[in-house]
Amino acid sequence: MKEKLEQIKQRALSSISEAVDMDRLNDVRVAFLGKKGELSRILKGMKDVAPEDRPKVGQMVNEARSRIEAELEKEMAVIQKRMLEEKMKSEVIDVTLPGIRPADGHRHPNQIALDDLERVFIGMGYEVVEGPEIEYDRYNFELLNIPENHPAKDEQDTFYITKDILLRTQTSPVQARVMETGVMPVRIIAPGRVFRSDEVDATHSPSFHQVEGLVVDKGITFADLKGTLEQWAQEFFGPETKVKFRPHHFPFTEPSAEVDVTCFKCGGKGCRMCKGSGWIEILGCGMVHPKVLSDCGIDPEVYSGFAFGIGLERIALLKYEIDDMRLLYENDVRFLKQF
Amino acid sequence: MNTPISWIKAYVPDLDCSVQEYVDRMTLSGSHVENAVYLDRNLEKIVVGKIVRMEKHPDADKLLVCQVDVGDEITQIVTGAPNVFEGALVPVVLDGGRVAGGHDGSPYPENGIKIKKGKLRGVVSNGMMCSIEEMGSSREMYPEAPENGIYIFDKNKGVKPGDDAVEALGLRDAVVEFEITSNRVDCFSMIGMAREAAATFAKPFYPPEVKTCGDDDDVNRYIAVEIQDEDLCPRFCARVVKNIRLAPSPEWMQRRLAAMGIRPINNIVDITNYVMEEYGQPMHAYDLDTIRGHKIIVKRAQDGDVFTTLDGQERQLDHDVLMINDAEGPVGIAGIMGGENSMVTDSIQTMLFEAANFDGTNVRLSSKRIGMRTDASGKFEKGLDPENALAAINRACQLVEELGAGDVVGGCVDVYPRPAEPVALPFEPDKYNKLLGTDIPADQMLVYFDRLELTYHQDTNMIDIPSFRQDLRCSADLAEEVARFFGYDNIPTRLPQGESTIGKKSLAGRVEELCREVAEKLGFCGSMCYSFESPKVFDKLLIPEDDPLRQAIVIANPLGEDYSIMRTIELNGILTSLATNYNRRNKNVRLYEIGNIYLPKALPLTELPEERKKLALGMYGDGGFFLLKGTLEELFAKLGLEGKVTWEPSGEKSFLHPGRQALIYISGQYAGFIGQVHPQVCANYDMKTDACVAGIDLPLLVSKATFDRKYKGVAKYPAVNRDLSLVMKKNIFVGQVEKMMRDKGGKLLESIQLFDVYEGSQIAPGCKSVAYSLVFRSPERSLEAAEVNKVVDKILVELEKMGIEIRS
Repeated sequence: MKEKLEQIKQRALSSISEAVDMDRLNDVRVAFLGKKGELSRILKGMKDVAPEDRPKVGQMVNEARSRIEAELEKEMAVIQKRMLEEKMKSEVIDVTLPGIRPADGHRHPNQIALDDLERVFIGMGYEVVEGPEIEYDRYNFELLNIPENHPAKDEQDTFYITKDILLRTQTSPVQARVMETGVMPVRIIAPGRVFRSDEVDATHSPSFHQVEGLVVDKGITFADLKGTLEQWAQEFFGPETKVKFRPHHFPFTEPSAEVDVTCFKCGGKGCRMCKGSGWIEILGCGMVHPKVLSDCGIDPEVYSGFAFGIGLERIALLKYEIDDMRLLYENDVRFLKQF
Repeated sequence: MNTPISWIKAYVPDLDCSVQEYVDRMTLSGSHVENAVYLDRNLEKIVVGKIVRMEKHPDADKLLVCQVDVGDEITQIVTGAPNVFEGALVPVVLDGGRVAGGHDGSPYPENGIKIKKGKLRGVVSNGMMCSIEEMGSSREMYPEAPENGIYIFDKNKGVKPGDDAVEALGLRDAVVEFEITSNRVDCFSMIGMAREAAATFAKPFYPPEVKTCGDDDDVNRYIAVEIQDEDLCPRFCARVVKNIRLAPSPEWMQRRLAAMGIRPINNIVDITNYVMEEYGQPMHAYDLDTIRGHKIIVKRAQDGDVFTTLDGQERQLDHDVLMINDAEGPVGIAGIMGGENSMVTDSIQTMLFEAANFDGTNVRLSSKRIGMRTDASGKFEKGLDPENALAAINRACQLVEELGAGDVVGGCVDVYPRPAEPVALPFEPDKYNKLLGTDIPADQMLVYFDRLELTYHQDTNMIDIPSFRQDLRCSADLAEEVARFFGYDNIPTRLPQGESTIGKKSLAGRVEELCREVAEKLGFCGSMCYSFESPKVFDKLLIPEDDPLRQAIVIANPLGEDYSIMRTIELNGILTSLATNYNRRNKNVRLYEIGNIYLPKALPLTELPEERKKLALGMYGDGGFFLLKGTLEELFAKLGLEGKVTWEPSGEKSFLHPGRQALIYISGQYAGFIGQVHPQVCANYDMKTDACVAGIDLPLLVSKATFDRKYKGVAKYPAVNRDLSLVMKKNIFVGQVEKMMRDKGGKLLESIQLFDVYEGSQIAPGCKSVAYSLVFRSPERSLEAAEVNKVVDKILVELEKMGIEIRS
């Protein structure tokens, strides 16, 4: 009996090792372990075994079963693993085929520049506010120390609706509107559309965008203005950016400055973009003129402030190397999808 | 303002730096340099040569073989120029040198022309003799230069072979162009710029010394001046020069004018131009013999007057134009141009010089109305210093004497009814430092002020502001003077101290940002359109004649009709952009724009209009109405508005397909529209495709939006599903059916999902089949079938009432 069992076990084991797939393995299971399998048959033949030997035979049968089962499990794992590998081998894809893009909406480059700019100033504690695009002469000019008959008020530059109402030529009127509320301290940026009577060409548009900045508080200095814009420029154009302040004139600031940054294309070495100078002019700024403060109801002996104005299109055009301003208003998706 | 450095050095002789350094430092002290033109650009190895022998070329009739003394050697040069002769002193470019361009005056090449020795018809030529054009200049500026020939130096000029010919022609110079800001009128003059240069480089400044000149004669015997309109003419100075001797002006004056791009003419004209550049004060010369009654009257013209200016043009005048008249009539337009009737001619004997001060604004507006802008009006319109007029006229007369151009009559008629009050400001160094954030010593500030001719009086602590500095009127102005000479670069950098503030965007800003995000996520590209458009837009959009949308704000001075009204509807820009894309064969285009429309409260405007921000979406190609609707649904969900939005079928929007449009309401309030563009409108925009658009009112969206979210719990108990397949008339909108289901479904109805709509051969004509999956669930327990059936039965009853057939 013992030999017979041993024989069955050996045959089972060799059948297992010869099995090449799950079906064969299953056949082996049925043939040896199934209800009508060889081991079952031995158990059925127990009645012919002497009663005192039965426990021993039973034990031997169980041992043989466990061994075969273990071997089956092992082989099954091997075959499964091999099958998975074969399956995956047949499932190779060409990963260089194009991806499926769920949607292809893109942000307008001007808006991206504005978002970047806002992010930096919001981080520095500035609130984003807006003002009307159709504005009173009083806010656009008078309160900004641009008196009647100033050349800047010339019809050549300004679109008028009536004598007193016009399309704002700058975002600076928002300054006056914010200061007039008298809520101190002021720390705002005011982005928006502005309008000037320029014919459309590669570098001009009758409608464009500015971002105005204004800080008013006790003890604000020109040094604060320099530090703020330097900080912004380094966040916006990169940490290596250098900033140069040049004296300039605006009616509503004194002292005033124009600001250049090191050319972000050549890093200041000089290239076509910066016309060889290494610098690019990006904005105008200055200390709020004491007359502007007092006309807006703020005591210039107590408070001081600085203001700056950034041309958004100019920055977007430079940053993305767009050579024609008209592209910004055409909305051709082949242009828009590049951003 | 163009300034040759050589001219600046006439007043600041110690100025000694490279052009680049000059440009950089002047810019940093506030005189922004636009560009610098080097007059000796591309001029290399050019010396004065003397032709010692000249013979005909053996093989060419028109060529000459010259032996030229170039200082250290005699060299052979072949030329084709007809005007050279033995003994002539000429500019010679040697082998390996460079000239600016060709002699025919064509545009100069970027890097000039390199000159090498070579053979001309077999004869060696070691260089080239130069025309004035090859030297980068012109006969305009060098009238003595011959036409089509080599420039020949005057042998009395003291040049000798081997000298630097560029230097000898006065071309070792650079003309620096400054951008002068409107507040610095004084810098529109050579003296003003020289003063700035001297202050910038801390060098002494020597303005011209003007001495009284003139003979014993009395100017009042020759001319009387009366100003009738003092508001437009604060000052009028007149002097007389008799026995005029017209001649070319001296070389130094010609060269300076030439470098400024002013063509030398004769001594009198040149002196006028020279003083205008030097002092920034325009002057005018009249032939005194043409001035009737020996009298000048300054007064406004009459409406409808016509006057012939010295360029021979007839000019229409009006009562705001200031005129210079003699006893009988006008002889010039004040500050703009003189008259043909009093102009200086070659036969002039006695000349009247005018140096006046006119109101800048009036000159600007007059010159615009008349349509004539001159060098003089360009200066006057900036608003000149009346004190400068007398200085300039005396300088001009001094030059007349120096140049021997005539005999200056003694005295000056100076009508100056209300002399400008001198201005003084207190010296407040602490205030300047406080504004700048600096710690500059008071002494140092006074050094800067002194260089600018701002005189400090210690006893009164006041600073006298010279009349030419009309821009210095308060302490901030003086702080700027300190800052620019201390150097903006040297001011420290800091961040504002004090009370901290919170950086933020408004709720409207956040909603706008979300609109952008959702639109872009779903394939719409951000676009930017103009706020002004053509009034024809209303017709293109089929807007009825009496529609309030046609009440648009009109720009008084638009760029053209196409940009003349402020938009009242957000569609034209997006449709125009779609059309642009369509006509460029771009497929599947989706665009959005966020921008204002402008709604007047009354026309013409008496107060600011309402500006309403709109989200406009437009698309053609894949998708269509329901993709656009889905985009909006996604947006509304993100704004916490799910379940609050209704889509009312409508035919009211003229620009949309009457059967494919809806008005959108949020909690019952109108929020915008969506629809397929009316085929006629598509045609009006030259689009041969269907397109869909939507317009959403952002202020309303902002008022309804909420970012509050409350967790509701994920259902624990199983749902019971019931599918309903319905057949209904096409004109029944599923929205009606769904509203009814929600009303009748009560609390147990969790959701309604429409999963199929079918119209076609399987269904009766005029009908559609619609299939719904209804989900019932209770948050508290498992539902019994009977409970659900009760609710479904209620729905079925209502469906029957609506004439809807239930198929299962």
